[in-house]
Amino acid sequence: MAIFSLWVINKAGGLVYQRNFADGLAQLTSNEHLVLAGTLHGIHAITSRLSPIGASSGAQVIEGESFKMTIFLTATGTKFVLFTSLHETTTDSVLQRVYEAYADAVMKNPFHTPEMPIRSEGFDSRITALIGTGQS
Amino acid sequence: MATTSKQYKAIGDDIWKSRTEKINAELFALTYGALVVQLIQDYEDYAEVNKQLEKMGYNIGTRLIEDFLARSALGRCADFREVGEVVAKVGFKSFLNITPTVTHSQPQPSGSRPPSQANPTGSSFILTLDENPLAEFVELPEEALEGGLWFSNVLCGVLRGALEMVQMQVQAEFLSDVLKGDESTQIQVRLLKYLEEEVPVGDD
Repeated sequence: MAIFSLWVINKAGGLVYQRNFADGLAQLTSNEHLVLAGTLHGIHAITSRLSPIGASSGAQVIEGESFKMTIFLTATGTKFVLFTSLHETTTDSVLQRVYEAYADAVMKNPFHTPEMPIRSEGFDSRITALIGTGQS
Repeated sequence: MATTSKQYKAIGDDIWKSRTEKINAELFALTYGALVVQLIQDYEDYAEVNKQLEKMGYNIGTRLIEDFLARSALGRCADFREVGEVVAKVGFKSFLNITPTVTHSQPQPSGSRPPSQANPTGSSFILTLDENPLAEFVELPEEALEGGLWFSNVLCGVLRGALEMVQMQVQAEFLSDVLKGDESTQIQVRLLKYLEEEVPVGDD
């Protein structure tokens, strides 16, 4: 039961926020994170077209042997991706509250440019309060 | 339809009561009043002031929509009619504590037509505001009346900005305003088109 990492991906597929919370995933450079986030954005776009029964909002959970990633797509096109252990149960509520923190601390800051990387102490501390100790 | 519109009312009430940070209504009204007056002094042209207010509103709307979605946790609306209901009963309620009356211009026959056909471009709704917290203390001078100032034009911008972020291009404009001596305050929101589901990757 652990939350490993959080991504925020903007509409265009750019990674605007990335933070690790616990060890368990491979350590990647920020460049590698960017590439993977872009890839996920593409995969997500494909999955949203695969549905045999019409409109779909795309992949929501991707599971691996030792972790799963939960993708929360907002109506505005921003994606929040949470990397957790397989049996983490709080994922959905955490993502919902991350979105609220994003709305409060990021979007309401008049000096934040939408779609640009998030560098906000307010958001950092809200996330820390929400998920726990952050490393780097 | 009646039940869902009641549900929206309940959602709006709930967000307003338990999840909205409140500020003093007078501070809010005075701040907005000062802003409009300053714009009038700076631009000396009412049409331009309307435009600037709309622009400001747009910028607010593009940000406010995230707050709205995060707190209401509502999904996508099935048709433009539903958009009108949600805007009035949840949106206006949760941010301004008012619930405008919605009048839909194209009453669609009930039945399950596919969403794409149930959304003809050009459908619209009219929001009738019984009260307007922005204009609490306002009496427009003769000059502003003649100049065609829409005092609360920021609201149009907010609607346009917020709906654009959820892939709807709309045109929002005031039809009438009690400040101008009209009988009611009405905003018309007209759907221009649905934007592409997701913005293509590229030039940013």
